Amino acid sequence: MVTARRPSATTNQHVLGWLLLLPAAVLLVTFTHYPTVATLYHSLFSTPKAGRPAVWVGLENYQAMAADPVFWQSLRNNVLFALGTIPTSMALALAMALLVNGKLRGRAFLRLSYFTPTILPMIAVANIWLFFYTPGYGLVDQITRLFGLSSHNWLGSRDTVLACLVVVTVWKEAGFFMIFYLAALQSIAPVLAEAAAIEGAGRWYFFRRVTFPLLMPTTLFVLVNAVINSFRLVDHIVVMTKGGPDNASSLLLYYIYDVGFKFWDTAYAAALTMVLLVILASVAIGQFLLLDRRIHYR
Amino acid sequence: MTRASETLAAWLLGLLWILPLAYAGWTAFHPREYSARFVLAAPLTLQNFVEAWNAAPFARYFLNTFLLVTLVLAAQLVLCTLAAYAFARFEFAGRSAAFLLVLVQLMIMPDVLIVENYRTMSRLGALDTVLAIGLPYMASAFGIFLLRQTFKTVPKELDEAARVEGAGALETLWKVYVPLARPVYIAYALVSVSYHWNNFLWPLIVTNSVTSRPVTVGLQVFSSTDQGVDWSIITAATLLTSGPLLVAFLLFQRQFVQSFMRAGIR
Repeated sequence: MVTARRPSATTNQHVLGWLLLLPAAVLLVTFTHYPTVATLYHSLFSTPKAGRPAVWVGLENYQAMAADPVFWQSLRNNVLFALGTIPTSMALALAMALLVNGKLRGRAFLRLSYFTPTILPMIAVANIWLFFYTPGYGLVDQITRLFGLSSHNWLGSRDTVLACLVVVTVWKEAGFFMIFYLAALQSIAPVLAEAAAIEGAGRWYFFRRVTFPLLMPTTLFVLVNAVINSFRLVDHIVVMTKGGPDNASSLLLYYIYDVGFKFWDTAYAAALTMVLLVILASVAIGQFLLLDRRIHYR
Repeated sequence: MTRASETLAAWLLGLLWILPLAYAGWTAFHPREYSARFVLAAPLTLQNFVEAWNAAPFARYFLNTFLLVTLVLAAQLVLCTLAAYAFARFEFAGRSAAFLLVLVQLMIMPDVLIVENYRTMSRLGALDTVLAIGLPYMASAFGIFLLRQTFKTVPKELDEAARVEGAGALETLWKVYVPLARPVYIAYALVSVSYHWNNFLWPLIVTNSVTSRPVTVGLQVFSSTDQGVDWSIITAATLLTSGPLLVAFLLFQRQFVQSFMRAGIR
């Protein structure tokens, strides 16, 4: 084994540092960096077919994309899906955390109930909800019937399908985000609340002026995760709708999966993946800038 | 808002949140005729679970999932420990650049690089194996980051003391750093196991036979075959696949929640 008796030996530091990093680096390059670059490369070629190797086509795949209504619909759906899930799940997460952070009857049960959906596989969750949305028979229709409404094909209608998926995702994610808020709430010094109580500040005032600003880093962290998840997680689409009806519930990654593994048009799938990569990269840059600003203001 | 109304709101939300799971439990543990009818006198049964278990090779799927999560976790622990140690305590050329390149994976996860990673797996001849499902996740940027932060908090004096006693770099890592980072390892392990137990899209793409399919994909294959929708059996199968994780969670709730908290604070 390599021994570093004298840490002052700097060559040793270089060699040993890289040796330790090497195994992880090889895998990271192979399955993250290389495929990122290869996606760009392959998006500029045609899809190889039997007897016809890939040829350079320049931006043709991107032109096809710009003219593809399903791509635009998937992108639009994804933005709507993000706008539907992110604020709702974050607000609920914060509310849940505030509720179970205080003294309250049955706190242990409530935490459990909020958090449990996080542990379940999305695929299992999707199966359960698929059952709920079953027209005429499922839980949702049974409840609406109590209010005298007629049966509705929730997942089969273009108007309701995306909202149904938003509900499932919010149910699954709110408890997960709650954990981060809970952790942050517990790190806020109780002295602050005591001081505010002495000053006679109301609880809402205290929340608005003290708690919420102190939670900002957590909110940012959760926001970034929520945005990534809304573009990364499509398991429930595969189970519940397969993107239908009429692509009304197709999200970007689901469309990539469809194009790449059902039509085997890998070059076009690569061009679509580039859009997703650009979105994720913008999130990363946005996070970086926001973090930067927060530090300056402090 | 008064305390009483807060408690009420918390309970309403809590009941609403547990309702889907409770309903699935009702359907799975009762005979078919009661699957959507709530009668207190309805008899309990395990028949749905038996039928689900016999209708698909779930035993094999469980074995595959078990192999998958073990393999991924073992590789992650070793690879991330070594890399985190390098980043935390070694001054090597290109360290900051290399670290930035590692962090790229936090944003661009293997989950979205399905097309190219499939191409790579097919070139490696690894398609339809448990290894292919796990490989892209083994070098985890999240794990490296988490452990690097932890290792950085280890006092340098402890490190130096070990060196003075003649311990090499790896020995120091094993005897000083790893024991001190134990809670972080546990946290990371729980997060990793639940992530890979639940992962679906990538395993769906790279597997196409019983010998490599994890339970999530197995469940999908089972419930999407068009032999008439029998919700009692499907919900039973659904609870079956999430069962082990759910039971583990109920038993070790505290550790789970604390682990997710710890893993989130960076």
